Amino acid sequence: MSNEFLFTQSHEWVQFLDDTTARIGISDYAQSELGDLVFISLPEEGDEVVVGESFADVESVKAVSNVYSPVTGTIKAINEDLLDQPELVNSDAMDSWFIEVENITDKAALLTEEEYKKLIEE
Amino acid sequence: MEKKTPLYDCHIQAEGKIVSFAGYLLPVQYKTGVIAEHMAVRKSAGIFDVSHMGEIIIKGNDALDNIQMLVTNDCSKMTDGQVRYSPMCYEDGGVVDDLLVYRVNVNEYMIVVNASNRHKDVEWMKSHLFGDAELTDISDETALIALQGPMSLSILGKLTDEAHLPVKYYTFKEDVNVSGISCMISRTGYTGEDGYEICCKNEDAVRLWELLLDAGKEYGLIPCGLGARDTLRLEAGMPLYGHEMDENITPVEAGLGFAVKLNKDDFIGKQGIIDRGTPIKTRVGLKITGRGIARENCTVYCYDKEIGRTTSGTHAPYLGYPIAMALLDIDTAHIGTKLEVDVRGRRIEAEIVTLPFYMK
Repeated sequence: MSNEFLFTQSHEWVQFLDDTTARIGISDYAQSELGDLVFISLPEEGDEVVVGESFADVESVKAVSNVYSPVTGTIKAINEDLLDQPELVNSDAMDSWFIEVENITDKAALLTEEEYKKLIEE
Repeated sequence: MEKKTPLYDCHIQAEGKIVSFAGYLLPVQYKTGVIAEHMAVRKSAGIFDVSHMGEIIIKGNDALDNIQMLVTNDCSKMTDGQVRYSPMCYEDGGVVDDLLVYRVNVNEYMIVVNASNRHKDVEWMKSHLFGDAELTDISDETALIALQGPMSLSILGKLTDEAHLPVKYYTFKEDVNVSGISCMISRTGYTGEDGYEICCKNEDAVRLWELLLDAGKEYGLIPCGLGARDTLRLEAGMPLYGHEMDENITPVEAGLGFAVKLNKDDFIGKQGIIDRGTPIKTRVGLKITGRGIARENCTVYCYDKEIGRTTSGTHAPYLGYPIAMALLDIDTAHIGTKLEVDVRGRRIEAEIVTLPFYMK
């Protein structure tokens, strides 16, 4: 299993750690479109996430946006650093995972990095 | 189709993120981002393209009487070169717009209005003019640049004789020569900082913008977008039409009673305001103490009782925490009162604090 980043059309990234475990974040393009992030709300460990459903809110100075789950599964861990330092996502979106999900039973149609780059260039 | 201000190309060049606002294509932020732009204004200086604002001239022997009838504040004792803030009301007391009246002389006034209300305002004013008074909408020929922040005077002083700049807050000077460009300059702004609003002809706007940016470089001056304009005005507790007031609320109810002079001769909306009686709501400032950001139209609760709603809200970059303004039941709205705000179904804690949130 390669640790490559895959992307959704709604600008989340997912990195599979093994067949049923993955980390999820938002893309660099998403953070730059949102602007300075000032607040992130995350679900709790043990919560269920479902493909295509919102699991977190990210607030920039101007607006709030939803973050949608690319997978269905159970939350194994949340990145608590983001609660106090949402700006970490602005400085390195690909290193700032939001949640780690285990027992993954379903996933969305995902784009490779190359396909995603094409999408945002359009 | 959206209009461009004369500075549109400058915004593109500076990598402004362009949005549609009040019919104009304007930058919501530049590559620096809202927080850096906000902090530049608080700590040194920022410039804003506010050319979308409307400028209206009312001239004639009955100009003052017309102004007095149109606005709720008392302009009768203004002197030449003074600026005054005022709401303008409908007969029933609802707010048409809030605006600035510039007295050029007793028979000539410039009125600066919100871009989104400009056409409505012009129609409203025209339909109520009487006697010898002529109204001209000069918005499409006029650019307006706001230079705001503690370094504003040092920057503008490099381009013009300081003796020609307005000294007192809410005063202005006409025909100031800024490196060869004729400007009307007022000591006004919408940020809670010292600063100037500089009015010039469209054709001079780009050169003025570039001159200012160049003169301000050594002070850290940067261009700022609509995003920072909103966070700055909110931190400074300043109301915005469509948020803190609109046609459904009187200026007294919106906490703008200081600009409503019921003891002056008749004005449009006077009886309407009187008829509405003592307001049951009041405008307050909220510090959000829980986790989250309350935007506009969030319901506010006190011990599970609904007591009003937020009218604007954001993360306050200088203060470092979220703030909101709200219209709340007057009998529960005391400084220090602990409340809850419903943010998308989640109740977060807030506390009533004094306005403005920030004062220089």
